[in-house]
Amino acid sequence: MKLNNVILKTTTQVVFFMIFLFSIHIFFAGHFSPGGGFVGGLLTASALVLLLLTYDLKTVQQLLPINYTTMTAIGLLLSLGTAATSAFLGDAFFKHYFDHFTLPLFGDTELHTAMLFDLGVYLVVVGVTMIIIQSIGGDE
Amino acid sequence: MITLILKVALVFFALTIVISFYRVVKGPSMPDRIVALDTIGVNLLSMVAIVSIVFETKAYLEVILILGILSFIGTIAFSKFLERGVIIEHKSDR
Repeated sequence: MKLNNVILKTTTQVVFFMIFLFSIHIFFAGHFSPGGGFVGGLLTASALVLLLLTYDLKTVQQLLPINYTTMTAIGLLLSLGTAATSAFLGDAFFKHYFDHFTLPLFGDTELHTAMLFDLGVYLVVVGVTMIIIQSIGGDE
Repeated sequence: MITLILKVALVFFALTIVISFYRVVKGPSMPDRIVALDTIGVNLLSMVAIVSIVFETKAYLEVILILGILSFIGTIAFSKFLERGVIIEHKSDR
């Protein structure tokens, strides 16, 4: 049975980038407003799930050749490394550092090493969600 | 005054959700239930917007967008399951 779902494909090509940009926004806004690594990761995973729904597993893997197991490992290493760096510098485990910087486009910005920990959480959440969905959904 | 109007609107949205829930329980066919669940999602989203006005906070605005996205993806997944039998195909024949 051949189905022509051109409306769904066109909608997905627009909506995917909206969801992805919104997840990036929620990831970066997590320090001062609701959001953070977990919700941002789940939203990115849901954008990828929308791609999986519209196209099929092989096409999405050709489109985004990401090994999600490696992604989870990198996220765990990043979180552990951020937590362990302060121990090597002589402070307590999990001590975070922050300072104010003047960036060219953003002006006065507060950069925080908790964001690196959150990036690890983000990568782990995206990786684990996509591993679960791909291994359950991708039947032969 | 404006709070009273907002609370009346909340009551009407709750009534809409109850009516849609009747369609979810009673609906003769599966697409009826899916459309009813989508309607419940949209009404829930509107209720969150009104509640955020009543509480005078901007903290719930992300919830509105996330609820819309999740409702959209859930409806598409259900529809694809009804139409094709599988949700995620391994290799499409198109």
